Amino acid sequence: MKTDFTGTAHLFGKNIDTDQIYPGRYLELVKPEEISKHCLEGADPDFASKAKPGDIVIAGTNFGCGSSREHAAITLKSSDVGVVVAESFARIFYRNAINLSLPLIVCKGISKSVRNGDIVRVDLESGRIENLSTLEVFYGERLTEYAMYILKNGGIKNIFREKSADRKQ
Amino acid sequence: MHAIEKMLARAAGKEFVTAGEIINCSIDFLELNDLYLQVVKSFYEMGGERVWDPEKAAFVFDHYSPAPTIRTAQIHKEMREFAEKQGFSHHFDINKGVCHQVMPEAGIVRPGMILVATDSHTTTHGAFGAFGTGIGATDAACVLISGELWFRVPEVMKITVTGTTADNVHAKDVILNIIGNLKADAAVYQAVEFTGDYIESIGVADRMTICNMAVEMGAKTAYMKPNRAVLDYVESRYGYNYVLDETDTGFEYCREEFFDISDLKPQIACPSSVDNVFPVDEVEPVKIHQAFIGSCTGGRLEDIGAAAEILKGRRIADSVRMVVIPASMEVFSKAVSKGYVQILIEAGATFNAPGCGPCLGTHAGILAKGENCVSSTNRNFPGRMGSTEAGIYLASPALVAYSAYKGCLSDPRLSREDSK
Ligand code: SF4
Repeated sequence: MKTDFTGTAHLFGKNIDTDQIYPGRYLELVKPEEISKHCLEGADPDFASKAKPGDIVIAGTNFGCGSSREHAAITLKSSDVGVVVAESFARIFYRNAINLSLPLIVCKGISKSVRNGDIVRVDLESGRIENLSTLEVFYGERLTEYAMYILKNGGIKNIFREKSADRKQ
Repeated sequence: MHAIEKMLARAAGKEFVTAGEIINCSIDFLELNDLYLQVVKSFYEMGGERVWDPEKAAFVFDHYSPAPTIRTAQIHKEMREFAEKQGFSHHFDINKGVCHQVMPEAGIVRPGMILVATDSHTTTHGAFGAFGTGIGATDAACVLISGELWFRVPEVMKITVTGTTADNVHAKDVILNIIGNLKADAAVYQAVEFTGDYIESIGVADRMTICNMAVEMGAKTAYMKPNRAVLDYVESRYGYNYVLDETDTGFEYCREEFFDISDLKPQIACPSSVDNVFPVDEVEPVKIHQAFIGSCTGGRLEDIGAAAEILKGRRIADSVRMVVIPASMEVFSKAVSKGYVQILIEAGATFNAPGCGPCLGTHAGILAKGENCVSSTNRNFPGRMGSTEAGIYLASPALVAYSAYKGCLSDPRLSREDSK
């Protein structure tokens, strides 16, 4: 899996909850392409139509608070968002994102130093984040070894699938 | 170590754990709600065949109960089939209620256990001295296969609550006040312990309401040292075979906060965040269209009783519709025997089957654009109960009921003097 991303920033505030990332009334949907149509709909109804593959979501503290719905991570992943950078993440969202291999990184102060439309480069391995539009550089918190291992394997399912296959042999 | 750390250490087969450590714990119970058929799909995608222990996992049909659409009916059908095929010993179909209410009622929850569920409000079970936390569907599928899950041992924040509440001020007001002060991101990644003479004095229902909403501060889990009321409840339903963990003296909390609630006024969380909280006398008497009593936060017997006490012999305003959904069938049945249901029906309320109802905006009383709802539930994010342009005001069941009577947001402390 890729660990270095460059893309256009979309800026969001703090406490972006899962109802804003993916409204509960669409929870019955199962196809990723249907789920991606409602990405961040509650925070910015136009996000799904304007976001391009590889774009970067930047947010304040507590991104993904609220419910445990995985659709919140699925919708970002299936919209081809490259990486989510926030000042902090709600823990269930964080776990879901790692499990589904949606790259994310915590970086204090980031939401005040990036404007909508800036071009940002994020390197997950080193935690280095550069705003290419302003040339400012930040260092985010590097992921734990286990989280990185899951991300690099394309999600926890692949890891379990291998384990199950090993058991059967 | 803190009591929570002792529970985690035991589940991880370790003598000692410290905050920040990543550990692998064995799970005592996994509860799956009806939102995520993905759990079953992921189970098979990951090569699962038999669940790790059919006595330790159960489905609860609550969010879509009874099924409002063909698609959700299909979800229920496939979950029933999975439960049957795997030989689950517990199953909670559409006739039981909201997951966090039916788990303790069924005698599953006890102090010292590790309980995970595909729902963020699993913090509720801290009321029983259990470690309860919400997980996503993929995590749940991993538990179904292995019976284990990794956790980061959380720091613990201590919130001491002292004093006694005034008439018509409830546990819901206490927790709204705490969240309003500390804010929605106060406890991200942390555990929250509630303690103090107020917490020691309250019963099971009030404790559940407070722990339930700890997640609205970002908490991973909540904890209250069980009091006699809790132990009586657990012993009568589960039995005596539980472990009571004690926090070591000298344990260092990551943060301590104090609240004296003796002069607390009824509180309202205004749109559109749970920490946007004001005392009732600082909120405009906004006209309301729907009043809702229900959910895992405010749908227990005591909540319905508080609403009935306010509405006895009264009629709700003509401009208001009032929806009441008992949190479980047991609650419903007791509310019938106590006469609350009759009082509320005579006051003009509409009852729906036990479950989540409109709390999540999927059915049973959702809101149109431009409408306002006063609700005993836990979240008022835009679009939570229907249109993103509806306003949700969170409050105690007493405030909800009195506002339904007046037609606008109103202070339930005025209920007594108000001529009937
Ligand atoms: S009642 Fe509301 S908060 Fe509780 S589990 Fe159901 S949808 Fe979630």
